[in-house]
Amino acid sequence: MEKLLFYMQYPFVRYALIVGVLIALCSSLLGVTLVLKRYSYIGDGLSHVAFGGIAVASVVNLTNRMTLVLPITIISAILLLRTGHNAKVKGDAAIAMISVGALAFGYLIMNVFGTSSNLTGDVCTTLFGSTSILTLTMTDVWLCVIMSVFVVAAYVLLYNRIFAVTFDENFARAVGTKVDFYNLLIAVVTAIIIVLAMNLVGSLLISALIIFPALSAMRLFTSFKNVTVFSAVFSVVCALVGIIVSILAGTPVGSTIVAIDAVGFAICCGGSLAGRKLA
Amino acid sequence: MKLLSVSNLTLGYDHAVVARNLHFEVNEGDYLCIVGENGSGKTTLMKTLLGICDKVSGDVIFGNGITKNEIGYLPQQTIVQRDFPASVKEIVISGCQARLGFRPFYTKKEKELAAKNMEKLGITELADRCYRELSGGQQQRVLLARALCAAGKILLLDEPVSGLDPQITGEMYELISKLNVDGMTIIMISHDIQAAIRYASHILYMSDDIFFGTAGEFMASEKGKLFIEYEKLNTRRAV
Repeated sequence: MEKLLFYMQYPFVRYALIVGVLIALCSSLLGVTLVLKRYSYIGDGLSHVAFGGIAVASVVNLTNRMTLVLPITIISAILLLRTGHNAKVKGDAAIAMISVGALAFGYLIMNVFGTSSNLTGDVCTTLFGSTSILTLTMTDVWLCVIMSVFVVAAYVLLYNRIFAVTFDENFARAVGTKVDFYNLLIAVVTAIIIVLAMNLVGSLLISALIIFPALSAMRLFTSFKNVTVFSAVFSVVCALVGIIVSILAGTPVGSTIVAIDAVGFAICCGGSLAGRKLA
Repeated sequence: MKLLSVSNLTLGYDHAVVARNLHFEVNEGDYLCIVGENGSGKTTLMKTLLGICDKVSGDVIFGNGITKNEIGYLPQQTIVQRDFPASVKEIVISGCQARLGFRPFYTKKEKELAAKNMEKLGITELADRCYRELSGGQQQRVLLARALCAAGKILLLDEPVSGLDPQITGEMYELISKLNVDGMTIIMISHDIQAAIRYASHILYMSDDIFFGTAGEFMASEKGKLFIEYEKLNTRRAV
């Protein structure tokens, strides 16, 4: 505990906690919709696209990588989510194609044109996020706070429509809800969250932040509202515990958070089984 | 009062024509059954009426001041819904989504409407249950209650009894019939020609040559006779 308080004096630790919690919150909200719409894998696909974007950005030596990575990821998200139903290449195949394609090109570009002396280290950082969350600047934190406020506000205000579009697109469309607009919004927000979350867990582990909270909540709860709320709480608690453990034990932040998410999921599974036996 | 008139309508997906030359009318209080083989374009017709699919050519005109968001729709179930964590209450009230306008949340009035429709369909005691734990028949009632929340005068049902056992199927037909007697105009897709003849006032038979008329006219037509013969054959074989 003393050690924790000692670390809390450092601003970078506080920044990491704030950003971690906010990203966990946003990704879990969106995760419920994505998992239920059968788009669990989109987080993975898009994060690989973002990895490709970062590779290009670092090769051309952009000072602010976000200006390139964010638009690329958003466009990919729109393409993937929009062509979901009647595309020539079906949803899951399209995601797999884009994701491995971007990963391969990203690494290729970094390798061929890269100027860094520590290529393996760079790649590892981008993939697993190792230390970047502990090197956040004030600007990063504010960017993250603003984005999170936007995501949470949009989610709360559009909650009923998001439910309607997730549960039954055809019905929503039939009664005049602008389904395409909401799908587009979900795609854009997903892309934003993924780009932000790369700082936290790196591009390989982002799916975990999206999937685990939603799946854990779905084990225990039976209404959409409770699933959403629990998934947000679950995700925030896991991120908080994960960051603290990683600081105290000196483990990598991203994988610690994901490991705790996985343990939480196992507990929820156990809880659901026990509940069924009692009933 | 004429609620819907369709003339010279051609249906299709991405330039492939599914059905052409559709003409029919639906008046207030009618019960229209759309029957026909698989792939004859029944669901496409319904989606075109609802504006989910674009028509290839022809006219679909809603009369009597019906706007698009006054139509209740019961779609076929999707895979997504089968394990969806949502309570019955949440699903039924989502039928009111068109009434939201620019408001973010449902009002008391809309909650009352949802409660009223749940009571009408006898699912009030299921309100807090999870949708995925319900039986097929109960799930259809939930979706029907949702459709009623959206419906002003007209209800479009896409195979409401598919996958239900005979007893539940009968109950479902009675329920729909009761809604029709209470003044709701019904357009229903069905595979079950016998039920169509028994309950519907009008029949639209979709195939290469299209039949539209009252149930009585259908029975008297060549196609109707053929169907009745076929049914007899089937029953005899079953015995």
